Amino acid sequence: MLNGYGATILDGAWLTLMLALTSMAVAMVLGLLGAACRLSPVRWLALLGETYATVIRGIPDLVLILLIFYGGQDLVNRLGPLLGHDAYIDINPFISGVFTLGFIFGAYLSETFRGAFMAIPRGQGEAGAAYGMSDAKVFFRILVPQMIRLAIPGFTNNWLVLTKATALISVVGLQDMMFKAKSAADATHQPFTFFLAVAALYLVLTSVSLLGLRQLEKRYTVGVKAAEL
Amino acid sequence: MMFDYAVIWDSLPLYLGGVLVTLKLLLIALTLGLATAIPLGLMRVSRSAWVNFPAWLYTYVIRGTPMLVQLYLIYYGLAQFEAVRASVLWPYLSSATFCACLAFAINTSAYSAEILAGSLKTTSHGEIEAAKAMGMSRATLYRRILLPSALRRALPQYSNEVIMMLHTTSLASIVTLIDITGAARTVSSQFYLPFEAYITAGLFYLCLTFILVRLFKLAERRWLAYLAPRKA
Repeated sequence: MLNGYGATILDGAWLTLMLALTSMAVAMVLGLLGAACRLSPVRWLALLGETYATVIRGIPDLVLILLIFYGGQDLVNRLGPLLGHDAYIDINPFISGVFTLGFIFGAYLSETFRGAFMAIPRGQGEAGAAYGMSDAKVFFRILVPQMIRLAIPGFTNNWLVLTKATALISVVGLQDMMFKAKSAADATHQPFTFFLAVAALYLVLTSVSLLGLRQLEKRYTVGVKAAEL
Repeated sequence: MMFDYAVIWDSLPLYLGGVLVTLKLLLIALTLGLATAIPLGLMRVSRSAWVNFPAWLYTYVIRGTPMLVQLYLIYYGLAQFEAVRASVLWPYLSSATFCACLAFAINTSAYSAEILAGSLKTTSHGEIEAAKAMGMSRATLYRRILLPSALRRALPQYSNEVIMMLHTTSLASIVTLIDITGAARTVSSQFYLPFEAYITAGLFYLCLTFILVRLFKLAERRWLAYLAPRKA
C-alpha cells in the first residue's frame, strides 16, 4: 500500500495519537491548576494564572514550539555549564513535544475549566463548606465532578485543535505521521498522494473523537433536565 | 551576559518586514475567506439537503484536518500532476505567497461559514416573522434582516477566528516566506540565538493580538451596542 510506505505512515499515526493523548494529560493538569489559580482569592495566584492564559493564547503554537524546542535546548545548554554540567544536552522531540503542547493547551483548557467552574451555582460550594469540608475537599469532591459535564463541549473543541496541532511537531523533527508522509513524498515524488492519505487519517482521528466525546457528553447529561422548545 | 539582544536590535528591520508580510497574508486570507464564507454559511442553513450537504462536507473536511496538511497539499501536492504544471495557473501555484494565501483563505472560510451559520440559526423568530408580515421577498429578507443581524452577532466569535488566523499565518514560514516567524527563523539560524529570536517573534505576535482584540472591542461597541449589558 502507498508504494510500501503504508506501514511507516501507520507507525507515525500511532506516534501522533500517543503524542496527542500524553499532551492532553499534561494539558489537563496544567489547565486545572491554571483555572484554580485564576479563580483563587489570592491576588498573585490569580494574576499568575491570568498571565499564563493571556500570554500563551496570544502567541502562535508554531512560535512556541520553535521557542521551547530550539530556544529551550539552547537555554538548557547555556545554563548547563553554570551548574557544572559540560556535556551537550539533547532534548528528545517527543518529550519536548508533549511538554510544549501540554503547556499551550493547558492555557486554553484553563479558560474552559474556569468557565465551567463559574457556571456551578455558588450554593454548591457553600453547602460543602457548611458540612465542614476543607477547601481542597470542596474543590475535588463537589466542584470538579460537576465541572466535567459543563466542560465537555469546550474540552472536545480543545482536543480537536490539539490533535491537529500535533502535526506542527513534525517541523522540529518528531517522526509522527506528518513527518513520515513528508519523507515518503520527497522519496517518491508523489506529495499529493501521501498528504491526502495523512489528511484522511487525521479526519478519521477527529471524526472518531467527535463521536466518542459526544457519547460521553450524553452520558454525563443523563441526569440533567432539558426543556423542549 | 547570558542573553544577547544587540543582534535582535540590529535585525529589527527584518522583523518589521515580517510584520508587513504577516499582515498582508492575514488581510488577503480574511477577505477571500469571508467572501467565500457568506455563501457557504447561507448554504449551511438551507433546509434542502442538496444545498446543505456539499457545504457541510467542505467545512467538515477542512475543520477536521490540520492546516499544515492543507498547506502542504496545495504547495507541494499540486505539483505532482502534470496537468497542473502545464496549466495557466502554474505561475501562481508555484509561488509560496499565492499558495499560502489560498490555503489560509480556504481554512478560514470553513470556520467562518460555521460561525455565520450558527449566528443565522439563532436569529430570533420574531424578526423573521415580522419581515414576512411586511411582505418581504426571500432575497430582501436575507439582505435586510438576516445577514446584517447575523453578521453583527457573529462578531465576538469571529474575533476569535481572526486571532486564530493571525497565529495560523506563522505556518507561512514553513513554506519559505519571511513573515514574523520566518524572520525569527532567519535570525535564529544566522546567529544561533534561537531563544532571543523566538521570544522577540512571540512579543510581536502578542502585540498584534492585543491590537486586534482592541479593534474588535471597538467594533463591538459600534455594531453590537444594543446587546451590551446595561450600564449601572
